[in-house]
Amino acid sequence: MDLRVTTERATDEERAAVDAVLGAATTGWAGGARSEIDRHVAYGGRAAREAHRDLLLPVLHSLQEKVGWISKAALGYLCARLDIAPAEAFGVASAYELLSLEPMSQVVVHVCDDIACIARTGSDPCGAVRAAHGPPGEEQGGLSWKPSPCLGHCEHGSAALVQRSGEGGGRATVAPFDGAALERVATSVAPVPELGTSAPAPAPASRAAEMALPVALVPQASSDRSSLRLLRRVGVVDPTSIDAYRAAGGYEALRRALSLGPEGVLSELKAANLLGRGGAAFPTAAKWSAVAHNPVRPHFFVANADESEPGTFKDRVLLETDPFALVEAVTIAGVVTGAERGFVYLRGEYPLAEERLEGAIAQARAHGLLGDDVMSSGHVFELEIRRGAGAYIAGEETALFNSIEGLRPEPRNKPPFPVDRGLFGKPTGINNVETLLCVLEVLSIGGAEFASIGTASSSGTRLFCVSGCVSSPGLYEVPLGTTLRELLDLAGGVRGGRELRSVLLGGAAGSFVLPEQLDIELSFEAVRSAGTTLGSGVVMVMDDTVDIAQILQRIAQFFRDESCGQCVPCRVGTVRQEELLERLSSRRPLGSVQAERALLADLGTVMRDSSICGLGQTASSAIESAVAKGLLASLEEVS
Amino acid sequence: MTAAGSTWPRRQVELSLDGETVRVNEGATILEACAAAGIDIPTLCYLETLAPVNVCRVCVVEVVGARTLVPACSRKVEPAMEVLTDSERVRTSRRMVLELLGSSVDLSYAAPEVTEWIDRYGADPSRHGPPMRPSLAGERDSARAGHHHPSDGTTAATVAQPVKRDNAQYVRDYSRCILCYKCVEACGAEAQNTFAIAVAGRGFEARISTEFDVGLPDSACVYCGNCVAVCPTGALMFTAEHDLRASGEWDESRQHVTRTVCPYCGVGCNLEVRVQDNRVVRVTSPLDHDVTSGNLCVKGRFGLDFVSATGEDEPGGIGANRAE
Amino acid sequence: MWGSNAREAHPIFFHHLLKGVRRGAKLYVVDPRRTTSAQWADTWLGIDVGSDIALANAIAREIIHAGLANREFIGRATAGFASYAASVEPYTLAEAERVTRVPAEVIKKLAHDYALAGRAQICWTLGITEHHTATDNVLALCNLALLTGHVGRYGSGLVPLRGQNNVQGGGDMGAIPNKLPGFQDVESDESARARFEKSWGVKIPSPAGWHLSQMFDAMETGAISSLYVIGENPARSEADSERTVRLLEGLDHLVVQDIFLTRTAELATVVLPASVGALEAEGTATSSERRVQRVRKALEPPAGARDDLEIISALAKRLGHDWGNPTAEMLWDELRSLSPMHGGMSYRRLEELGGIQWPCYDENDPGQQFLHGRLWEEPRSGPPASFFPVEFEAPLDELDEQFPIRLTTGRRLDSFNTGVQTGRYRSPLRRPETLELSPEDFERLGLGEGEIVRVCSRRGSVEAPVAPEATLRPGLAFMTLHFPDEVDTNVLTLDTWDTKSGTAEFKATAIRVERLVDNGGNGAGRASANDRAHANDVERVG
Repeated sequence: MDLRVTTERATDEERAAVDAVLGAATTGWAGGARSEIDRHVAYGGRAAREAHRDLLLPVLHSLQEKVGWISKAALGYLCARLDIAPAEAFGVASAYELLSLEPMSQVVVHVCDDIACIARTGSDPCGAVRAAHGPPGEEQGGLSWKPSPCLGHCEHGSAALVQRSGEGGGRATVAPFDGAALERVATSVAPVPELGTSAPAPAPASRAAEMALPVALVPQASSDRSSLRLLRRVGVVDPTSIDAYRAAGGYEALRRALSLGPEGVLSELKAANLLGRGGAAFPTAAKWSAVAHNPVRPHFFVANADESEPGTFKDRVLLETDPFALVEAVTIAGVVTGAERGFVYLRGEYPLAEERLEGAIAQARAHGLLGDDVMSSGHVFELEIRRGAGAYIAGEETALFNSIEGLRPEPRNKPPFPVDRGLFGKPTGINNVETLLCVLEVLSIGGAEFASIGTASSSGTRLFCVSGCVSSPGLYEVPLGTTLRELLDLAGGVRGGRELRSVLLGGAAGSFVLPEQLDIELSFEAVRSAGTTLGSGVVMVMDDTVDIAQILQRIAQFFRDESCGQCVPCRVGTVRQEELLERLSSRRPLGSVQAERALLADLGTVMRDSSICGLGQTASSAIESAVAKGLLASLEEVS
Repeated sequence: MTAAGSTWPRRQVELSLDGETVRVNEGATILEACAAAGIDIPTLCYLETLAPVNVCRVCVVEVVGARTLVPACSRKVEPAMEVLTDSERVRTSRRMVLELLGSSVDLSYAAPEVTEWIDRYGADPSRHGPPMRPSLAGERDSARAGHHHPSDGTTAATVAQPVKRDNAQYVRDYSRCILCYKCVEACGAEAQNTFAIAVAGRGFEARISTEFDVGLPDSACVYCGNCVAVCPTGALMFTAEHDLRASGEWDESRQHVTRTVCPYCGVGCNLEVRVQDNRVVRVTSPLDHDVTSGNLCVKGRFGLDFVSATGEDEPGGIGANRAE
Repeated sequence: MWGSNAREAHPIFFHHLLKGVRRGAKLYVVDPRRTTSAQWADTWLGIDVGSDIALANAIAREIIHAGLANREFIGRATAGFASYAASVEPYTLAEAERVTRVPAEVIKKLAHDYALAGRAQICWTLGITEHHTATDNVLALCNLALLTGHVGRYGSGLVPLRGQNNVQGGGDMGAIPNKLPGFQDVESDESARARFEKSWGVKIPSPAGWHLSQMFDAMETGAISSLYVIGENPARSEADSERTVRLLEGLDHLVVQDIFLTRTAELATVVLPASVGALEAEGTATSSERRVQRVRKALEPPAGARDDLEIISALAKRLGHDWGNPTAEMLWDELRSLSPMHGGMSYRRLEELGGIQWPCYDENDPGQQFLHGRLWEEPRSGPPASFFPVEFEAPLDELDEQFPIRLTTGRRLDSFNTGVQTGRYRSPLRRPETLELSPEDFERLGLGEGEIVRVCSRRGSVEAPVAPEATLRPGLAFMTLHFPDEVDTNVLTLDTWDTKSGTAEFKATAIRVERLVDNGGNGAGRASANDRAHANDVERVG
């Protein structure tokens, strides 16, 4: 297309960062040197442009990591390479928190200040770092910090993501994080080197040796392992070794899937009554079947590992400790749904998980378990990781497709649904990590056996991310139908024997449960009839020291920050909701408190009824549930 | 340029609109079905020449059995669908959408229907508090994704900001922008394919922007004005009109609109020339003209000044002053 | 798309083209420059200026040899295939590569894609017609359509894009030397002539008239001594403008009817101020797609300026013919009574249908979306369509050591022709007329951006600022005709014209670029920047 890009020339470093993903420019018409042949021929066109548009986000990542920001000149060069208009590429880059469009310090430390950290460690998770280093964004010695939404290390109650650019650049997470020791933490962490789209090197042996048994993450792992299914291998099987994974029974599920054939797998899934763990509880068999039987080709399969719901960390634990399981499960999904190309869309905040997963994919490919002849079955399946860049909304499945495609991570209106028009407009299956791991379990124990676990309508086990004021926070696996009380007992109850105030179930998009409701069954049907949700499995415990109003304000800020801005109800509604909570918190209501209560309800209604996607539709649910349950004192005391 | 032979008989779909059974072509949207049935549905981001983006949500209707309301502009009819266009849920959402827009955006140049809808649905933007101070020039353009500074909530955040004026032909007054995406679509794949502007940023800080907010002269803009033509709120406005409005001289009672053919190339674009006091004050093209679909190029849009040219505009000083 | 930069010259047409591209259509662009149009192409073929026929004939040969010619269509609907096939035989892919410099495999791919496409169009503009081989160039493209059957069907065809809003209408109305309105032949169609004579009450001379280039030759010989120019600025728009001005100045009597005092009007004995056709008068205009549409009066013309129709009627009255005060509609209805292809186009129907594409014979006729559908009728109606074998001829203005750079001309998006109209609005895209050179030439000549250079051809020279332009390759330069008062590009161009159409070879001029150097305070000397070996000669001349 007739691009107009800046005449400023990108630096060699910037060009190298782009070329690291795209390869060297081969023609003067796309940013390279002008050759003899360029004088009389040029190739381009829609098909060529669309074929590589999805490399936009990887290129932006590469610039961020290697250069530290995306300059006007760098944007011009990558646009010339990809035949994308600069305004569009800018629009994409500016939607992500981990991409910078202005120069930034060589090291940026993103410090979690989200609700799980507030609940566990007190009212200001950034207090220590602010005291030690000054306000966010201020550079000192090549180092700055900024507050971050949930980093998925909620069991620790504090966490930071270190982003380092330039030579030796990369990312690393630190949890728990001592804000007072920012400099030491930031420099002592060896960031995980960035992985391009080219074949990655296998995980270094030193990393494997480093692997500590993450008992702290999975308290059950050190006690009764017999109850673990999805977490069976956590802490006992080397996550960097495909041999270890196979020795522990890995890839038996794929073998079984290949012998059953796609229809056989679908009937097992149907018999298992496996419901999606992503929140909508959609039957997995129906979804896979719809893709498998869609006559439009090609098909795609996507694993949604963009875990970003505040309070959620299960994908991280699974991918850091058992990455082959996901690779195997997605391969099965590809075989069953007829997809020859799959993607894992992984949160940008999970560098170790990415390293482990990248290593697992490389080993699987080397062992013929991915590629053009999966397990000598003749099936073709390629799998690649696409990394998010700091946008909660990208976890919404259609926004996720847009993100992979190099568009702004904005949700699409549904219908059409992904099984009809998903990634690249083609039939696409998409499941979250936990659901996919359940598929392995279904295949290893059989659909009927799986269905016998849990309740009649909610089969199998469920992972719960228990955080906040409990004795033993971490990732728990219990059969669906377990009561909340039983789960809290497993986690050792409220820390320090204090009084339970409330449990936030399902995350920022979930709802509050009161102490008298602890006997609620954790099953899809029971929580639905109680008007709440399991959501992403967040169980955030708050005792009487936690300021619920502050938690609600943080939730309101979160949704305002993370709204993509596309539709009016969410774009403006999340702002008005936040303003309203701020007013209440400072006891300065507009008009009467009753009027504010009505306004809050109206905001909730329009966001729930009329937003395009689940973000807006649930942006008020935790707040409304808190109000309904009398947890917001400022509304109670006046009215 | 109508496709010959493309009028295959379409299957009909039967559905219920507010209790009345209607039949429409398969593939029609609820909005089209409502239009055929004479039911008025408010729309802001919808335009018949652009693919629906369904972002403003003012056109939402209730489909019985659906968890949420659905946008009439893009949702296709289905057999036996029961649609309610004026239920309490619908009215509440429309009222709130108008309140949210009215409390954050200057709608004073929007079509008169918008005021009528605000009345019809009882929207009261003032419920959200007095407006916050306007942003400084460039302030919203430099907002980054992620954390923001929360206000104390006593004033309502708005998109108010200074007008952007960086070329002779049109101004960008983003205090009036409802982010309907029409300009982006018209500049992009739906018509002009120039892609000079896109949505940038996120959430309430989402905005229409060139790359790095460079001025239009440094952007890919080719001044076709197709973005201006589709803007529903006056956020994009021809400079001539903007200045006449600012000085209070804009007077539609002294204006007439004449449809003619563009004097330039041979494509045959139709122009709607709006004239006040024998001067051209705005040039558009009819949306239903199948050559242009409402679009023009810089020459047809802005290049009619020669008709009223005065000697001082002359290149090379050749003395032809038509205005005298 | 061949020899057309529709992205800039026909922007709204290009919207439609891009809709097709978005739906999966393949786009090839043949153009010496990688224009903004070419940048949208799947493949751009950057041929050397004027090598179009070599390319077209090689495509034809490849199609024939690959067995991709539409034999059935050729057999039913065409004549002269055998001699055509023989004529393209020397145009091998290798020969075409040698002449056009486009790699053979690229030409081959284009040939195959064009032949195998379900529907295909060839669109062209002045890149095809502003050559001394203009008509042959067009015929070469027509031959390709006949060879493949890509003509006469919905979605396929030959699409010349008209450069002006009513240039099609002008031809339709008989403003060509050998046709009466409605393309009725003035020489051979006696019954048509008789109808016009009856209606007009005058005898119509049967020999064909002159086209523009012949008229200027006639001024040279003195056969023309008076000229009436309506809405044209030949002093600026014709090639070799120094000659044009000299001839206009030599006339006994020059009447210019225009909306401005143009360069041509400045030379006139009498100037008749006119109203603006598209905005200050009623009437019709006929677009590229043969669509007749209504033009309406939106503005009052300035005092003294009058409608063309009014001026001509008044003139007729002075000359002894009182036509009364005809309205545009009356005139149109007279045309409908004389030109069968306009018969059904009443103002009322033009209004209702938003324009009608001719032919439209009666008031029940919806008009025709495309022509030549008869070629697909079984059995064919009417005469067969003939192949016209044509041969490649290099541009006349040859490149040599003195004039080593090929200058080609074209339009920019925001400007139009000689800028009479577009020079008068404040275009944010406007930039002064500039000689654009390839970055390689620009650097080789050691030029600075914006530096004023002298551009010389065998006919004259102009001074212009210079700039590097990446869409040009070494040896190729570009200028427009938009700013003749600043840089009169047509001083450089060659007025040798195509004998069949009368179009001059605007697209292929041999030039050299000379630097204006500061000569130690002794005034501006001149040095040839092209070839420093000639510097002394040039300075001596200067």
